[in-house]
This record gives sequence, structure tokens and C-alpha cells, in this order.
Amino acid sequence: MEYTTLILILPLLTFLVLGLLGTKLKPFTAGCIGTLSLAVVVLLAYSTAWQYFSIPRVDGVHAPVIPLNFEWLRFTQYLHIDLGILLDPISVMMLVVITTVSFMVHVYSLGYMHGERGFQRYYAFLSLFTFSMLGLVVATNIFQMYIFWELVGVSSYLLIGFYYTKPEAVAASKKAFIVTRFADLGFLIGILLLSYYTKTFSFEILTSGDASIFTGAAGTTFMGCSVISWAMALIFMGGAGKSAMFPLHIWLPDAMEGPTPVSALIHAATMVVAGVFLVARLFPVYYLEAPDVLVLIAVVGAVTSLYAAVVACVQTDIKRVLAFSTISQIGFMMVALGVSGMDGHAGLGYMASMFHLFTHAMFKALLFLGAGAIIHAVHSNEMSHMGGLRKYLPVTHITFLVACLAISGIPPFSGFFSKDEILAAAFMFSPVMGVVMSFIAALTAFYMFRLYYNIFWGKESAHEHTPHEAPKFMTLPLVFLAVVTLFAGFIPFGKFVSSNGQEYIIHLDWSVAITSVIVACISIALATYFYRKANPIPDRLATTFSGLHRAAYRRFYIDEVYLFITKRIIFNCISRPIAWFDRHVIDASLNGLASMSQWVSYNIRGLQSGQVQQYAYVILFGTILILILVLI
Amino acid sequence: MNFLSLFVLIPILSMCGLFFSKNLQQIRVAVATGASLLLVLAVGLVFAYLGERGAGNTAEMLFTADTMWYAPLNIHYSVGVDGISVAMLLLSAIIVFTGTFASWKMEFLQKEYFLWFYLLSIGVFGFFISIDLFTMFMFYEVALIPMYLLIGVWGSGKKEYAAMKLTLMLMGGSAFLLVGILGIYFNSAGTGMPSMNLLEIAHSHAMPLALQRWFFPLVFIGFGVLGALFPFHTWSPDGHASAPTAVSMLHAGVLMKLGGYGCFRVAIYLMPEAAKELSWIFIILTGISVVYGAYSAIVQTDLKYINAYSSVSHCGLVLFAILMLNQTAMTGAVMQMLSHGLMTALFFALIGMIYGRTHTRDIREMGGLMRIMPFLGVCYVIAGLASLGLPGLSGFVAEMTVFVGAFQNTDTFHRVFTIIACTSIVITAVYILRVVGKLLYGKVVNDHHLALTDAVWYERFSTIVLILAITGIGLAPLWLSDMISGSLQSLISMLH
Amino acid sequence: MELHMEYYLVISTIMLFAGIYGFITRRNLLAVLISIELILNSVDINFAVFNRYLFPEQMEGFFFTLFAIGVSACETAVAIAIIINIYRNIRNIQVKNLSEMKH
Repeated sequence: MEYTTLILILPLLTFLVLGLLGTKLKPFTAGCIGTLSLAVVVLLAYSTAWQYFSIPRVDGVHAPVIPLNFEWLRFTQYLHIDLGILLDPISVMMLVVITTVSFMVHVYSLGYMHGERGFQRYYAFLSLFTFSMLGLVVATNIFQMYIFWELVGVSSYLLIGFYYTKPEAVAASKKAFIVTRFADLGFLIGILLLSYYTKTFSFEILTSGDASIFTGAAGTTFMGCSVISWAMALIFMGGAGKSAMFPLHIWLPDAMEGPTPVSALIHAATMVVAGVFLVARLFPVYYLEAPDVLVLIAVVGAVTSLYAAVVACVQTDIKRVLAFSTISQIGFMMVALGVSGMDGHAGLGYMASMFHLFTHAMFKALLFLGAGAIIHAVHSNEMSHMGGLRKYLPVTHITFLVACLAISGIPPFSGFFSKDEILAAAFMFSPVMGVVMSFIAALTAFYMFRLYYNIFWGKESAHEHTPHEAPKFMTLPLVFLAVVTLFAGFIPFGKFVSSNGQEYIIHLDWSVAITSVIVACISIALATYFYRKANPIPDRLATTFSGLHRAAYRRFYIDEVYLFITKRIIFNCISRPIAWFDRHVIDASLNGLASMSQWVSYNIRGLQSGQVQQYAYVILFGTILILILVLI
Repeated sequence: MNFLSLFVLIPILSMCGLFFSKNLQQIRVAVATGASLLLVLAVGLVFAYLGERGAGNTAEMLFTADTMWYAPLNIHYSVGVDGISVAMLLLSAIIVFTGTFASWKMEFLQKEYFLWFYLLSIGVFGFFISIDLFTMFMFYEVALIPMYLLIGVWGSGKKEYAAMKLTLMLMGGSAFLLVGILGIYFNSAGTGMPSMNLLEIAHSHAMPLALQRWFFPLVFIGFGVLGALFPFHTWSPDGHASAPTAVSMLHAGVLMKLGGYGCFRVAIYLMPEAAKELSWIFIILTGISVVYGAYSAIVQTDLKYINAYSSVSHCGLVLFAILMLNQTAMTGAVMQMLSHGLMTALFFALIGMIYGRTHTRDIREMGGLMRIMPFLGVCYVIAGLASLGLPGLSGFVAEMTVFVGAFQNTDTFHRVFTIIACTSIVITAVYILRVVGKLLYGKVVNDHHLALTDAVWYERFSTIVLILAITGIGLAPLWLSDMISGSLQSLISMLH
Repeated sequence: MELHMEYYLVISTIMLFAGIYGFITRRNLLAVLISIELILNSVDINFAVFNRYLFPEQMEGFFFTLFAIGVSACETAVAIAIIINIYRNIRNIQVKNLSEMKH
């Protein structure tokens, strides 16, 4: 399957061509080059998937295939960064997801970004992002993953800051990069620790389940936890940064300043699940060597999910609602990984997490692209400027509804199947976790339908000109993704992806399934009651619990805390004093040295007055003095 | 005659050419020829070196030549290169080449300017090819003095003050250095004839540890001043801010590397035992450099100051890695020298070009330049990304090699300082993005800037050469790291 | 009355110290020059006296004295020329005013 190399090379070439020749090309030509090359990549990815899964199983598992691997940089005898392609069930699954969504976004952007300044640049960046993301998922070793991890970070930075004359976009891109960079510091230190003790970067060796490679770290503990646990926790920190886990989530809502298709691609479907993918990739290490970290992952996931769901209920910017919903859903995936076991039925969580990643990518991309179509129609992100749009945007309306039903977990849409597995896994882990996750699922249904009704129903607000349905380039991807969302749930996902590679037969846990559907329906009914027609209850609730409402609207002041830390502490309490110290202590002491020598020479220069008579005087008395000293 | 001496001869010949040239045209021909010849020679040397190594030559230094210079004191003019000097020569040639083009439109006293510029490069090249302490020291001084005039005459701002400060501090450093070198010289051979030859001294192991303890800090500080070792770094911000563009490039790009190279080649190579014993002091100082420089850069508002402090941080990492005393980290140190040299030269070139247009370096007075001068803007972003360690550009490979190497030292002290040094990658991101955001993005602050033009051909040429070098190293680092780490074998065996 | 050597020496000593005193304290260049002449002459006297009394059969002292007188005459000529030039330039020959070349 050597042709998989092309999957990486084509987007890179497209990036180089569009980046270097961009301004020479017509915008639409540039867009077509990008889209066509990605169409080829999609086909290659599908064919790779087809071919990979048609290789017969060995010992009941799909063996990993490495069509390409070469040494790129050597550190020591054992440690070297290789670049290569590793095909195994999850990376193939990710290839399919990324190329599909990316292709949809490419097509969609032909319509959405039409007439924008920097159209060529936009497609160049999209290609760069696609290249880096694909490189990330097929990484053969953890350092290659880190390399592409940084590259996706940069492409995300460039795309968020696409409208670089807008101060908010510049600030948001900076924030996204710095926050994830901070998390990557943890990732890097984690890699250093892990690789030092295991003497390898390679995923194949790390995840082989062979305990002997970890013997180097045996007995090495730090603050009561084994050093491998620390390493894995730090690596998870990197994943938490990219996947916007609490408290490193603050960049994601701001990242919505980027163009909406970019939000769909990077900040909903692909890049933000990189953290989940990382944990899944290293799952055997977590499970066997650092089970304590796995619990941490589950807790962080649950807290994030709850937090984001609560905040999403009160946001008024539709992209912000979707952003928090993304955070919340990624929390679900993290929880599923955290509660998962390794073998047999215990591996449900792992499978569910990957399944949810897959379905979520589709319906969340659909939601964002739908939001893009709405914004395209009304030129605003605020819910208050919408309402009653179902008449004007029929296609968008239907597809959006499909996605809302999917994310709320209503059968037969895909979200129901994956989320239901996650709930079942959570209940298996502990009833408390199950209840909490079910509650979050209910909140999800509530805020999604609050969004839906506020956009498409309710009171029509005054428009400057009549909203109109988006062009074909935009509606086609919507329809395609809606179809996928409709049917993806029926994919026998466990046949392809599971924690130990063995085939996993999905059984619906009826009690969990029925409860969750009932809960979701109640939430939807509540949302319908509140928001379908003008209803005073939400406002009254908001005034009754005004403190809570304001706190949630301000996202529980986490941003302010960060602002305090960065502005007040780092900027004013560290950097400024250091800069002052440099100028006024170190430099001043050196200047002081200079002025001291000047002072000394100024004071002794009186001795060399140039007055011959004075010299004679000194000579005379000097001679006499020496005579006296000699004679005595 | 050995072809390494061409590195000294070509600048001398270009100086002669300059001396006889009558108009600007001839001056340009002379300097461009000299710089291109040097670049060709350096690239040729890389291939010759790799070819020789590939053919199985395992000598520690290749292409050696030796001429007795002053017999009573056993002073030789001896040259030779290993992988590290080859890398440094390549770097110097690239910087001199691009620096020449960056000062294509020098406004006054062009002839004198280039004369001094080439005298400086004689010092630089001579330093890297020498394997005799005396000639090394001599070329070192040759490299320092022209800086005074280049900054004092052609600089801007508080140029006299900055030139004086820089020269005095570096001269102060070389005073330490001279004492150290004399100490090494007189203890180099027990009772026999003292030697100045680096290889002889290193292999004789004649210097007792008690004396090494005295001379190691002297030499290390002496070179460390040039390598911006905390707290002797303050010449760097003032000096760089006042220097003309090409001089900043050469100074930050190459001259600061003289410090790192000297620390490595003289201090550690000749006194390994003391290095092992005393490295902790300097690890603390360089660890402070790394973080301190980065934090200082956050609040600066002058583009050159930001970059100068960033240089303090990055060069601190070079010395830090050298002190880790293992093969990986030292390889990383040399790669970091190369990478920092290239990207800081790119930065200074771009800052010079922007300053030449806007006549200000204060980031608060600029904004939205990306739209006005897209070429320079994109190059600045690339330089920034290289500086914050984006994979695919040179900074990443260098930093990662340093960190992985440093982490091979297992004790808590080294680990803690490695992690402290790692944090600099976050702070670097903060100050780089702050500048990029204020300078290039956002709204145009000054309406006069709207009339400005983008880069012209010679500016494009020099930035593109630098960017190609940066991406070249970033994409295919293996040959470089192999070349460097192969040359570290003998030192590593001496350390263990 | 016999003329002892000491009489001459006392006179030359007085001349020497008078010369030194004058050299140090006088502010007028001509007075300084005269003081120098006093010192030189006192030394000349010493040469002559020592030669006459201690080594009467030799002539080195007298010759040296003659040389010294010749040299001091030249020196005085040069010095007076300089002083005249200074006077022409700044209309003054006070030592304290001659700081033109100090810097």
C-alpha cells in the first residue's frame, strides 16, 4: 500500500504550489486545485481503508501495516525520530474521517469564502492543515506525532488568524497557539520522560503490551506516583490542550473568530480530537502501566463535559454554543477512554469513544457548516438576529435538524448509537459516572434544541434584506453529511476498531438506551416549550438565578483567571521586573564599573598636571624623602 | 598551501579589490565576488569533508596544515577542520553572503564599511579554521575590533555608547581569556616545550586538575561574554540595537557563535575534568540566561531589543547544551548555533528592511504591515516560527536534540534545569506572537506607512537564501547531525 | 688667608638651592630660566673646585665645566627664543598661563 504516501504528499504539494504561486492564480482556480487534489486524497484514503480492512485478520486482529518508515533525525543509539506511515484500525478510521470532512469543507468553502481577500492563502492553509493532521494520525512514533502536533497547531493559528486585520481574530489565534503550546510543553516533557525509560519512541513497541520495556522505570517514583504515570499524565496534558479539556479549554471558544468552515474542520471534527486520538493510540500503555492516569482522564473528561454543557445552555453566539458543545462531546470521548478496559466486553469504552469520534466528526461538521450557511444568510453570529429562518433556508434547516437529533442521541441517527455505548460504559465503570454522563446528555439535547428553535423558529427578527439559501457548493456538503449522519450509526464499528484489535460485537444495552432516549426526549420537549414560541419562562429563570446565569454566561470566569495570570503575574510581576532588573541592576552595575574607573582616573589625573615646576617640587622632596629613608 | 587558508585569503583579496575600486559599481562587484566565492568554498568544503569521511578517513581533524610561525615560543599557524568547524564555516559564509546583499544600498562611506566588514569576516573565518590557540586568539581579536568602528560610524541611535560598551565588555572577556590561554599554554606539556596546538594539548592530558579548576572558569567566562552568558550579556541588546543591519546579522549570527564554539573547543575540550566538576555553576547561569532572556523579550517594544533578548535566550541554550557534556546535547548545541545564526540573521535583515522603510523600530508605532509589504511580512512570520521551534524549520531539530540530550543526564539537578529550559519554548511563543500580532496584523497604525513598498530584489535575494538554509536544515537534519556528532567522539571519550 | 675648598662649596650650595627655590616658586619664565642658570653654574663651580683641589694634575673637571657652559649657553638661547615666541603669541610669559598644550 505504498500509495498511501501520496495521501501525505499531495496536500503538502498543494500547500507549496498555492503558497508560492497563490497570488499569480485566479482565486477560483486556486480553490479548484486545492479541492481536486483533496478529492484524489479522499479516494486514496477510502481505497486504503478498503484494502486495509480486506487483509485477513491474523490471530483475530488487523495487523498494523507500515508502508513507509525512514530515519529522520538520530539522537542516541536508541532514540531516533522516524517519519513513516502506520496503518492500523484507528489511523485508517481517522484517515477516512479527516479526508471526508476536509473535502466537504474544501467544497463548501468554494461558496462560503467566495470573494474573500486571500482566497488562495486560505486554500493553502487548508492544505497545510490537512497534511499535518494526516501526518499526525499515521505517525509511527510519538515524536513524529509531536512534530505534526506542532504543525497542526500552527495551521490552526494561521487559520484562526485568517482575518488578520481583525484584532479579535489576531488575539484569538495568539491565545489558541500559546495555550496549546503550554500544553505541548507537558507533552514534550512527557515524551522525554517516557522515552528515557523505555528507550524508544516507536508506537509499535510501546503499545505491544510487553511489560519488559518499562522495567527501566521500575521503582522510580516521584511524589508517590511512578515515573511512567507522570510521563503519561504529562502526555495527556498535551492531549488535553489540543482537545480543549478543562482548564485548558479557553482557546477553543475564541477560536471561533476564524472562518466558519475552518471551525468545522479544525475546531470541531479533526484537530480537537487529536487529544482523544493520542490517548487511544497509547491506550495499552495507559491501561497497563498508568491506570491511575486513566482515572484522571475520566474525571477530567467528565468535569469538562459538565462544565461545557452548562455554559453552552446560556451562550447567545451560535458558534460559541457549538464550540462548547464540541468541548462537551470531546469530554464524552475522554470519559469513555478513561473508563474503558482492555479485553472483551470491558473494552466497550474504547470502542465507543472511537465510534463517537467518528460520528461526532460528521454531525458536528454538519452543524458548523450549517451555522456557516446561517451566518452567510444573516451576517451575524447572534441568536437574537435570527429566528424564523426555516422558511428561508429549507435545506440548511433540515440538515441542521438532523444533526441536532443526532447529537441529542435520538435513534436512528448516528449519535444515538455512539453516545449510548459511552453511557453504557460509564454505567459499567460506576453508577455515579453513568448518572452524571446521562445528565450531561440531557443538557446536550436541551441546549442543542434551544439553539435550533432560536435560529429556525421563534420570532422573526428584522433583516436588512431577505435571507436566502446558500449556493450549491455549500448545500451539497450539508446534504452529504446529513446522509452520513443518518446512516453512520448502523456501521458495525466494533468489527473495525476495538481496544485489543479483536472483533467487538456491539450489543445495545436496552435499559441504558431507553432511559437515555427518554431523558433526551424530555429535554427536547422542555426546549420546545421554552423556545419554540416566545416564552417568558427562560428570562424569568435567568433573572431568578441571575448570579448563576451571569457566571455561566461569562464561562465561570476562567478566562479572567487566565488573563490575571498572564497579564498581572507573568507580564507585570515577572517580565517587567526582569527587564527592569536587566537595565537598572545588571547593566547599571556594568555602567557603574565604567563610571567608577572614569572617576578614579579623573581624580588621579591631577598628578599629571603638566606643570614642570610641580614635577621639580615632587622630584626634590621625593629625593629627600628617599635619602632620609635610606640613611636612617 | 592548504585550501582552508583560502577562507582567510579571499576576504583579504576582496579587501585589496575594494581598496582599488573607484566607484560604487566596482565596490559592489568586489564584495559580491568575494562573498560568493566564500559561499562556494564553504559549500565545497562541506562536500569535501563529507566525501573524505565517507571514504573512511577517521582522523580527528581533516585538511590539516602546519607552518612554524615563531619558533622560540612554539607558535604555529596551523589549520584543520572537523564537522563542527565545517558547520560553523558554512554558517559564516551564508551570513557574510546575505549580509553583503543586505547592505547593498549602504548610504555613505561604502568602501570603508565593506573594508571593515571583510576584516571582521577574516577574523571569523580564521577563528574557525585555526587549531592553534595563539592564531585562534589572534583571529578572535581581529573579529572584535572592527565591530567598534562598524557600530560607532555606521550605526544608529546611541551608537558611540553602544560601540564603546560592546568593545569594552568583549575586551574585558578576552582579558580573562588571555590569562586562561596562557595558563593552558604553560601547563600544556609538563616539563617539555609548551605547545599551543589544540590537539597536542588535548591528548597530552598534562594539566593537573588543581590548575584546570582555575583556568576553566576564566576561559569559559571569557568566551561566555561573547556567547551572551548571564550576567555578561548586556552589551548584546544595546550593541545590536545600534548596529547597522548587516553588522547585526554578522554579529548575532556568527560572532556570538565564536563564544559557543570557543567554550566548546577550548574550555571543555582542553579541560574536561574541570568541566565535569564545575559545569554546575555555569548550568545555573545559562539556565537563567535561557529563561531570563525570554522573559525580558516579552516586554520590550523595540524590535531589535526583542531580538537581542531572544538571542540571549537562544545562545544561552547553546552554552547550556554544551555543559550537559554528552554527545546528543552537544550535537544539539552546534545545531542550535547554526539554526540560531541563520534565523537571527534573517530577523535582523528583516528588521533592517522594515526600519529602512518605516524609520521606526517601536512596535507600538507600527501595525498591519502584512497588507502593505506581504513579502517581508511572510518572511517575518517564517523567521518567527523558526524561532519558536516549528517542525520543518531549523529551530525545532536543534532544540529537540538539545532537550533530548540534556534529559539523558539522570540526576535531579540536570533534570530540573532541563525542564526550566524547556519552558522557554512557551515564553518564546508569547513574545514572537506578540510581535507578529502587533507589527504585521491588525490595523495600519500610521497612514504614512500605506505608501511604503515591498522588498526589492537584493532584499528578496538575501532573505530567500536564509529561508532556504533554515528550511533545508529543518527538513533534512540527519546529515548535519551525523557530521557533528561524529566529530564529538574523541571529546566524549575524554569525558568518560 | 687660605681659601679652603669648603668656602667654594658653601657658595655653590647656596647657589644650587637658590636656583631650585627659584625654579619651583617663580612664575615668570625668565626668572625660571635664570634659576636654571644658577643651578648649572653652581654645578660648574663644583666641577672646577673639585678638580683644582683634589686632582690638580688632571684637567677633566675644567673641560667638563667648559662644555657645560657651552651647552647651557645654547640651551638659554633656545629657551629665550621659545619664550620670545610665546610672548609674541600670548603677550605673556607667566607659567600659569601656559596651559595651551596641556590637553
